[in-house]
Amino acid sequence: MTRVLQQLDRPVVIAFGFILVLLILGGIYNQQFLSGLYLLQQLRVASFLGIIASGVMVVILLGHIDLSIPWVVTIGGITATAVAGWWGASWTALGVPLAIACGALVGLANGFGVAFLRIPSMVFTLGMNAVVQGMVVMYTGGNAPPDQATPILQWLAVRDTFHLPHAVIVWAIVGVLVMVALRRTPFGRYVYAIGNSERVSYLSGISTRTILIIAFVTSGACSAFAGAMLAGYAGKAYQAMGDPFLLPAIAAVVLGGTSILGGRGNYLGTVAGVILITLLESILSVMQISDSARQIIYGAMIIVMMLVYGRDRRVEG
Amino acid sequence: MRSGSLKGVRLWFARNNGALFALVLFIAMFALYVAKNGVGVRTGLITAVANKGVLLALVAMAQTLPILTSGLDLSVGMIFVLTNCIASTILSGPPWLVAAGVAAVLLSGVICGAINGALVVYGRLQPIIATLATGAVYNGLALLVRPVPGGSIEPTFAAVLTTQIFDVVPTTLVILLAVVLAIWLPFQLSTTGRGCYAIGSSESAAYMTGIAVRRSRLAAYMFAGLLAAIGGLLLTAMTLSGDASAVSGGIYTLSSIAAVVIGGTSLMGGVGGAVGSIFGAFVLREVSDLLFVFDIQPLVQPFIQGLILLGAVSLGALRVLRARSRLEFLGVGR
Repeated sequence: MTRVLQQLDRPVVIAFGFILVLLILGGIYNQQFLSGLYLLQQLRVASFLGIIASGVMVVILLGHIDLSIPWVVTIGGITATAVAGWWGASWTALGVPLAIACGALVGLANGFGVAFLRIPSMVFTLGMNAVVQGMVVMYTGGNAPPDQATPILQWLAVRDTFHLPHAVIVWAIVGVLVMVALRRTPFGRYVYAIGNSERVSYLSGISTRTILIIAFVTSGACSAFAGAMLAGYAGKAYQAMGDPFLLPAIAAVVLGGTSILGGRGNYLGTVAGVILITLLESILSVMQISDSARQIIYGAMIIVMMLVYGRDRRVEG
Repeated sequence: MRSGSLKGVRLWFARNNGALFALVLFIAMFALYVAKNGVGVRTGLITAVANKGVLLALVAMAQTLPILTSGLDLSVGMIFVLTNCIASTILSGPPWLVAAGVAAVLLSGVICGAINGALVVYGRLQPIIATLATGAVYNGLALLVRPVPGGSIEPTFAAVLTTQIFDVVPTTLVILLAVVLAIWLPFQLSTTGRGCYAIGSSESAAYMTGIAVRRSRLAAYMFAGLLAAIGGLLLTAMTLSGDASAVSGGIYTLSSIAAVVIGGTSLMGGVGGAVGSIFGAFVLREVSDLLFVFDIQPLVQPFIQGLILLGAVSLGALRVLRARSRLEFLGVGR
């Protein structure tokens, strides 16, 4: 119990506090916001962003960033549905592992560019995003591969067991894996160490290149997996389906108290950030606030929250 | 004396080799395009190329300033879109009204930049997060101004901006040159501008030396807003309407980062300049022209464009071959 409490550092507590405030405000507006059914539905929607953010967080902890998320999500969704057209309907179960493998491959390329070529991750992953986009357009443009969600994708994304959405269970599994990897394995220690100082980590004998590559592979795999599940949720895979996820994923990680400079942050915070952003978007849309006002409130909320607990230390004086 | 000036020349080349490389690359691409196109160098052709490149060039120039201070402006594309929407609502009527409208559009860009700068300087937020959030706000404001694409702009004013001066020189290029001469160079040479370079090299050293760190950084974001607003103004003149498109804002933001990198500015800050970013932007824009004249299948074009983008930003990897120790790439850390 004390160990759990130790993990609840200030940003995480505040982020969960903001979630409570949102729920209370929502509840005052409409009782429905506090119903179990609504909350479970929100968790289901949050799980896609949550899985993406899990990978993004590992990369951000290193002090890097992955801008290839949008089209890795898309290639994940498209691969998972296109499998039906390759070897027939009986092999559709392979769609999910294949999607994850695709994402991991893109992540491998990202990791190679960042770790070996030493290109800043911000531009290398940006370039990879364009390349993956080109590959998707090239593949889907000439022939039309099957894009309908296969039964297994729907089972993962929209079915429940005892009212518990499978998507949430999947997110929980991914989350526990990432949390254990970050807190209980040498890999996790190295990630934090590199985030604080890659130079010192390298001089201490950590194989920094390997860690960087594993982190980017994790990020790619998570995004592609989320893309496959999104295809199940939306009923089909489509181009640019990952575009709305890049900025919310980064925002969720940072709102959860992870430093964008790396080296600081814990997974519970990311969970809080993901739920916070999903709830905020949902409540604003249920209240039928116009798209323009929604964007403004959304941006202003992030600024206010970061001003409360995300400020840098003073350099001067 | 002689060796001194030679040293100066060498230093100048060393400092500007990124920008020069982008310039050479663009000239080579443009020459290839003209040769393959086979219609010769016509004013119409040059104007088309110029108008296509100048928008990204301005947004990339805007992006250069925060990057020089080792920051980043993820809202620069949204300021571009927001000012486009504002311009499409207020730029019609008699000349004096249009002039006032232009001033208002530019001022709104500066205000957006000032908000970014204030959040970074006084709010002490990380630039990437602060501008990510303000980007959403500016997008919302743009939607508020222009819920659906449309609007208009005084046609004669738009025609002046998008055609040629004396039927020879594209006006947009003249405007770009004027921006460089009247805004960028004075800023770069000023104490505030030099302060931006100093912050990018080492913020604590800059502070210790007595450089007005806050003023320089604030100015960098404000000038970024101004340059993006000039871009938004020209966009309005070209499309004759406003469109609060989050997608186009996002594309401009991301392309601007790529253009800045191709133009030789370091993402770590302190090295480079806005002129390089102009060439970087034109290189990026010329790629699609080349793919067109070489009859590349439309479906394959995005893929090749992506590969070229990846290759262009990866050119920095060549320094890996020169390094004597891996420690050269590893920052000192916090």
